[in-house]
Amino acid sequence: MLAIFKREFKSYFKTPIGYIFLAAYYFFFGLFFSRYFEGGFTLVPQLLISMAMIVTFTLPIITMRLLSEDRRQKVDQLILTAPVRLSSIVLGKFFAAFLVYAIGFAPTVIFEIIVAGRVKVNVFSYFYALLGMFLLGAALISIGLFISSLTESPAMAAMITLVINILAIFMSSLAVLVDIDWLSKICDKLAFVSAVDSFEKTVFSIPDIVYFLSITAAFLFLTVRSLEKKRWA
Amino acid sequence: MIEVSSLSKKYGNHLAVDNVSFSINKGEIVGFLGPNGAGKSTIMNIITGYLSYTAGKVTVDGIDIMNNPEAAKKRIGYLPEIPPLYIDMTVREYLDFIFDLKKVKFPKNAHIEEIMRLVKITDVKGRLIKNLSKGYRQRVGFAGALVGNPDVLILDEPTVGLDPKQILDMRVLITKLAKNHTIILSSHILPEIQSVCKRVIIINKGQIIADDTADNLSQKLAQDNTVTARIICDEDDMKKALASVEGVKSVISLGKKENGAYEFSIVPNSGFDIRAAIFSKVKDSGKTLLSLSSGGASLEQIFLRLTELEDTEEARRMLGTDAGDPVNTEESEENGDVSDI
Repeated sequence: MLAIFKREFKSYFKTPIGYIFLAAYYFFFGLFFSRYFEGGFTLVPQLLISMAMIVTFTLPIITMRLLSEDRRQKVDQLILTAPVRLSSIVLGKFFAAFLVYAIGFAPTVIFEIIVAGRVKVNVFSYFYALLGMFLLGAALISIGLFISSLTESPAMAAMITLVINILAIFMSSLAVLVDIDWLSKICDKLAFVSAVDSFEKTVFSIPDIVYFLSITAAFLFLTVRSLEKKRWA
Repeated sequence: MIEVSSLSKKYGNHLAVDNVSFSINKGEIVGFLGPNGAGKSTIMNIITGYLSYTAGKVTVDGIDIMNNPEAAKKRIGYLPEIPPLYIDMTVREYLDFIFDLKKVKFPKNAHIEEIMRLVKITDVKGRLIKNLSKGYRQRVGFAGALVGNPDVLILDEPTVGLDPKQILDMRVLITKLAKNHTIILSSHILPEIQSVCKRVIIINKGQIIADDTADNLSQKLAQDNTVTARIICDEDDMKKALASVEGVKSVISLGKKENGAYEFSIVPNSGFDIRAAIFSKVKDSGKTLLSLSSGGASLEQIFLRLTELEDTEEARRMLGTDAGDPVNTEESEENGDVSDI
């Protein structure tokens, strides 16, 4: 797992993808923070949660190549014939993408320190919001990884992942359009946006944590099955 | 070392591998020969654990590839038809990655340096793989297969796309490795198999149609009175004309051999000597016969003849063997000195 993780992580920074991804995050964080800070805004947790939209739209960029590129270049023959378990391959790739994503949140530590120097802050709420964003990221990365295992084209993987991410986030808004009461209630509960929002409050919500963790686990499992299925094609 | 029994693989309704059985002893070097799409790569992909099978059993060093894939894969070094390279890595980074991936226990630096020396890529170790020529890429792929010094090497068309000098180098390398490895080598290029492998398994349409030493195969087929003729003519017209000669069973064109001249392998019905009839036919059609010889079929002729036959059973009858029987390699040990290629 470690070998795959290391290779995959390094490969983000051999192409412009890793740099562009991080640059975009730092740009938006910087922009939001400077604007809000000027207006007397001191809640870094809210700032974190407001990144959810940007995360939704940008994560497909770092997940699109994870498995599709290997298949396109036929490198999957190397990895799948090496004495490595499929789960290790999937986890190695998952954690590489997750680490790049997590590095994107580094500036918020500085923001929190700057704010803490001026007003009294609740450090728990910062970490709780950060946990929320990490859980959202993990869920979206596992979805992206799964989609990437289904196709040989990174561009196709990115497109499909984007559509699914948007659906996952805006499920509740879309459900309103359909006039079925029980359906919109279910969608409202399942929508990522409502789950993420709960991390903005300081109330510890086990169901929301479990929700994201189970989505992540489910899609990682599906990715392993998808690789396994290819052997039987 | 490798046991394959009653192996079948279906892609949808297409039977890519059909009830194939063979066993390869430790230290043997075996050539898989067959036209494109015969099922060579599929069989190799199954042995290496990349693909699953529909029915049968594959063991490597006694370990079932399905039940204990990790242990079996540890014993195999695989060079697929298209070398699996991360082109954004340097050669050294790539080999380091494979070393870690395979969880090899040897001292890393010394092991990788030795492999790079063996396949002659030390001079490009710092270069990105995407900037390397086809020949170097092939060798880097080969180096990857050698990492961890696995007992079994499975090489799928290792010389495809190489220039003649590189092909020769590759053969020398394979022969060198054959001293302490079990090797399966596939190719549709005949001289390669002939020069490197002692034992040849001919595969066509997913079935084994011959499993014997190259020399034995030549001998068995040379027993009939097959005639090889080189004629200055139009290929298709002459093929038809020759086929119409009495006593001729089949005619196979071996392609253009020199300016305007084609070579044909003409198989007679048993008991017929067709040499005179062939001579007359060519003379009557106003074409020039450059040479006419009988017997001593080359592996190329055997191959074409066997793989052009529609019926696999007929091919097996022609050889007088049941392809299911593994050959007795003890006997063939002394045949075919491969060191002087």
